[in-house]
Amino acid sequence: MGERWIMQKKRIVLSYPPHLVDQPVISKLVKDYDLGVNIMRARITPKEQGRLVLELTGKRAGMEAGLKYLSEIGVEVQSLAQDVKWHEDRCTHCTACISVCPTKALDVQRTSMEVSFKRDKCIACELCIPVCPYQAMEILF
Amino acid sequence: MAKTIEEINEKIRKGKAVVLTAEEIIDYASEKGVKRAAQEVDVVTTGTFGPMCSSGAYFNVGHTKPRIKLGGGKSYLNDVPVYTGLAAVDFFLGATAMPEDDPRNKIFPGKFAYGGAYVIEELVAGKDVRLTATAYGTDCYPKKALETYISLKDMNEAVLLNIRNAYQNYNVAVNLSEKVIYTYMGVLQPKMGNATYCSAGQLSPLLNDPLYKTIGIGTRIFLGGGVGYVVGNGTQHNPGVKRTEAGVPKAPSGTLCVTGDLKMMSPKWLRGTSYTGYGVTLTVGIGVPIPILNEEILRFTAVRDEEILAQVVDYSDSYPQGIPGSIGEVNYKQLKSGRIMVEGKEIPTSGLSSYLKARGIARILKEWIETGKFFLTQPVELLPSIDSGIAIKPLKERPIKKTA
Repeated sequence: MGERWIMQKKRIVLSYPPHLVDQPVISKLVKDYDLGVNIMRARITPKEQGRLVLELTGKRAGMEAGLKYLSEIGVEVQSLAQDVKWHEDRCTHCTACISVCPTKALDVQRTSMEVSFKRDKCIACELCIPVCPYQAMEILF
Repeated sequence: MAKTIEEINEKIRKGKAVVLTAEEIIDYASEKGVKRAAQEVDVVTTGTFGPMCSSGAYFNVGHTKPRIKLGGGKSYLNDVPVYTGLAAVDFFLGATAMPEDDPRNKIFPGKFAYGGAYVIEELVAGKDVRLTATAYGTDCYPKKALETYISLKDMNEAVLLNIRNAYQNYNVAVNLSEKVIYTYMGVLQPKMGNATYCSAGQLSPLLNDPLYKTIGIGTRIFLGGGVGYVVGNGTQHNPGVKRTEAGVPKAPSGTLCVTGDLKMMSPKWLRGTSYTGYGVTLTVGIGVPIPILNEEILRFTAVRDEEILAQVVDYSDSYPQGIPGSIGEVNYKQLKSGRIMVEGKEIPTSGLSSYLKARGIARILKEWIETGKFFLTQPVELLPSIDSGIAIKPLKERPIKKTA
C-alpha cells in the first residue's frame, strides 16, 4: 500500500468547457484531494473555453482521484509536454536559448556543444520563443 | 621542410593527403610536436556557421516573351523587394530585405519573420517562389508587368555573393541598462543578465590563419554546402587591431567576401534567421582549407579556444553610441563553458554561431579533400594584412548646406 502515498509532481494542461469557468474547480483539487497547485499559466474568460497550465504536487492516491474528478466534470487533461514543441530540424545548436531557459529544459552538452530539450523540465514560460532566431521552439497554448 | 599547394594537390589526387580539422590538429600538434605535425599534415579544415547580414544573391531569370526590362522598375520575390538597378533581367536579393508591408518593429519588439534570407533558403531547397514585377516599358522591352512562379532550376544564374562573412573574432555583447534590449547579438537581459558571443573560436577560418598567410583572392572554400571562392577581403576588413603575441586579433578584425553557385548549395547550410526586435539575416556555413605549407602555418592552426580573446561590449550604450571601449576581456574556452566573469559578476553565456555545425562543416570539407573531390587553390593575391595600413573609418557626417 506504500506506493499510494508517494509524493508526485505532474505538469498538466487543463481545457475547461465554458460552463465550468465559474466553478471552484481548483479549490476542490486542494481541499478534497490534498493537492498542491502551482498555476503556471492561465487563460480563462467567461463564456469561452479556458486553458490552464498547472503543476500538481501530492500523494499518488490524491493525484489519481483528482485527475479522475477533473475528467468526470468534463475538464480535458493532457500533459504539458504535448503543448511544447522543439523543432529539432530547425535548431542549429547555436545555444542562444541556453542563457535564458530558467529550468535547463533547454540545455547544451558542453563537449559536443549539442543542444537538447527535456520536456519534463519545461514550464512553458516562453522565454525561449523570442530568443530563438530559427523558430525552433513552439508553444501551442 | 616547406610544401607547396601543387604538392598537396598531388597527394589529394593520389588519395594520400593527410587532413585534420582545426579541432583535431590541436591535440595532434601537442602530441607530435609542431615540426613533425607540419611534415605529416597537409591540410587543416576550418568551419563556421553564423548569422551574417551582408549576404545576398544575384540572379538572371531569363527573358520573357515579349521582353520586360526589370531594370529600373520594381521586382519582388515572395513580396521581398530585390535590387533592380542592373540590366533587364538581372537583380540582387539582399538577406535583410523585408516585404514592404512587414510591420518591422512597429508591433513591439518586432518579429521579422520573413525576408530575403528566407527566400534564399526556400530557393536553395528547390521551392517555387513568386516573382512579381512592374516595369516602365520601352520599344525593345514592351512588357510592363510580370507575375510568375520561379525556382532555382528555371534561372540562368543564381549566385550567392556575401560581401562580408567569416568575421575574424567578434564582440561579446552584454546589456548594462535596466531594461531588456533587442540587438543583432540577440535578446540581452538587463544588468548583464546574459552575454552573447558569435564566433566558432578555434574552428573559425580566419582565426586559424590570423595573419592571412594562405587565404586570399581565389581561395576555394566550402560555401553553403557547395563550393565557393574567396573574392577578396570582406567589407570592414580591419587587420590593424590589437593582437596576442601569437598574432590572434583580440577584437573583430579580418573579414571575407565570398561567392558561389547557389544551385550547388543546400538549405542545411544557408538558413533564414530572425532576430527579434532587430531584423532578418542569413546564417551561412563556410569552411576554409588551410594548406600546411610550413611550421609557422601549422602553429597558427593549432590555436586553442583559451588563446583567443574577445572584448565584452555594452550594447545598451557604448555600441549604439559608437563609443569605443571594452568592459572586460574573456576567452572562448570561458565563453563555451556557459559562464564568464565580468566586473566581478558571473554571467551566463549564449552563442549565436553554432560550434556543432562549424565542426560538421570542417569534417565535410576534410572528407571532400580526403576523397579527392576538392582541391586547394593558390590565391591570386593574399588578403591585406597588418602591414597594409588598412583601418576602418567611421562616417564623418558633413551637414548638407540648404540652398535657397
